[in-house]
Amino acid sequence: MSFLSATGMTGGYGAGADIIHDCTITVEAGEIAVVVGPNGAGKSTAMKAVFGMLGLREGKVLLDGEDITQMAPQDRVPKGMGFVPQNRNVFVSLTVEENLEMGAFIRKDDIRETKDQVFSLFPILAEKRNQPAGELSGGQRQQVAVGRALMTRPRLLMLDEPTAGVSPIVMDELFDKILEVAKTGVAILMVEQNARQALEIADHGFVLVQGRNRFTDTGEALLANEEVRRSFLGG
Amino acid sequence: MEDIVNALALFANYVAVPATAYGAQLALGALGVTLIFGILRFANFAHGEMMSFGTMATILVTWGLQDAGIGLGPFPTALLALPVGILAAITMALVVDRTVFRFYRRQRSNPIVFAIVSVGVMFLLAGLVRIIIGPDDQSFADGARFVINAREFKELTGLEEGIAIKQTQIITVVVAGAVVAALFWFLQKTRSGKAMRAYSDDEDLALLSGISPERVVAICWIIAAALAAIAGTLYGLDKTYKPFIFLQILLPIFAATILGGIGQPVGAILGAFIVAFSEVMVTYAFRKFLAYLGPQDWAPDGLVQLLSTDYKFAVSFIILVVVLLIRPTGIIRGKVIV
Repeated sequence: MSFLSATGMTGGYGAGADIIHDCTITVEAGEIAVVVGPNGAGKSTAMKAVFGMLGLREGKVLLDGEDITQMAPQDRVPKGMGFVPQNRNVFVSLTVEENLEMGAFIRKDDIRETKDQVFSLFPILAEKRNQPAGELSGGQRQQVAVGRALMTRPRLLMLDEPTAGVSPIVMDELFDKILEVAKTGVAILMVEQNARQALEIADHGFVLVQGRNRFTDTGEALLANEEVRRSFLGG
Repeated sequence: MEDIVNALALFANYVAVPATAYGAQLALGALGVTLIFGILRFANFAHGEMMSFGTMATILVTWGLQDAGIGLGPFPTALLALPVGILAAITMALVVDRTVFRFYRRQRSNPIVFAIVSVGVMFLLAGLVRIIIGPDDQSFADGARFVINAREFKELTGLEEGIAIKQTQIITVVVAGAVVAALFWFLQKTRSGKAMRAYSDDEDLALLSGISPERVVAICWIIAAALAAIAGTLYGLDKTYKPFIFLQILLPIFAATILGGIGQPVGAILGAFIVAFSEVMVTYAFRKFLAYLGPQDWAPDGLVQLLSTDYKFAVSFIILVVVLLIRPTGIIRGKVIV
């Protein structure tokens, strides 16, 4: 049984048409799973479905064996899910440190240790801890966003296009950090536009097309797959 | 040289001192409006009447204390009654939120719907106040009137012009200063305060972080109502309590809020003092002031008064219109009213 096992998910936003069909995503603890696919394939929607941000008409979401299909997103956070949205993922008027504190809002215990861990993972944030997050560069903001989500000590970290709009150098750096987080035993589920680079660090990859699973394999195998390369990785 | 000092004393007496006290009262009102806008995202037209309601409760308790012979010596008895007034305003705000605003929150109504609903609440509160205490002026100030009066000041300094400072003006500024300091400490340093700022910044992300919207909203009403009761009582002590004034005072309060930047507490204070000083200066007759500064026996013929005091509300209106035309976000970049 995988740590996260979202199986047969079918659903869409509100009463609208289904966007994902019989979609399955699984992640093991300490591993990185990446969802890739062309624009409009339902990658972000699939991730939102895992987090409970849209109603599922069919399918089940199990976290560590517990059925959380009907649970509201905010109730999934205490269960160990951390979510970093693609846009508006930091409190722009709050300082970096306050962003981290708000990330840990549900925790009643001492958060200093976790904060130090985030600061040692992202040293630039320690340096800019008293600056409003809105004044940081795009890459630094993404670090704040990831740091904010890490403050609840999630067992599953979900990232919706963490490298959107950052330079290739910053992207490599972010991927390195994500690998580091995974090494601490956290399961990571990531949606990525930069499919090739993402699959390089992924243990498992899910290629979605029109809301359905098209290929599912290890990152390495998907990169080696001729059809995946030709259709989705640009040769 | 002495003429210049006299001119400054004159200016201080008729402009700086009253405008500072008035600015402090407006600032407390504008802070409440700006907080409500930051958290609940609508312009709360009922805020003036909430000030009136809190003040009315304070007055009723003050009268009771005065009858019982309980006082604060040289200080106004109203200060002793103020906590009850604050509690009354908070209770009313929470009841109104539960019975009225929460319904529209659940409907996810448009901000303009909230604003119109708040106009209804405004009329309701205004009616309630008039039923309970009546539509007439009420005087409830007691204690020493002046900290220093004009004659004492003249004897002390040997100047021709005196500066009179009313005790209520000092109390206004001191209380407002303490309240603002406490508010900023709360917003910057406490968990609940930071949660409020986070919620104001991004509702969805705050929800994802486990911040409870209903709790933030309740805290916001509690603070806004407390500020309203304090502002109204200070205003009533400084002048007199007139129920109808609380409709008019909405204009300078909204002007201050928008001028400072909606949702920005620092902006609300800044805006309040700019509005207060503009209002007082534009309606002050500068004739005597200029006479001191000019050569011997020289004085302008007219009063050198830009606007009659009857038109003082026009000042707020002009500021409001100019800000909305030129810089709708306000001095400190805030939200824009939709």
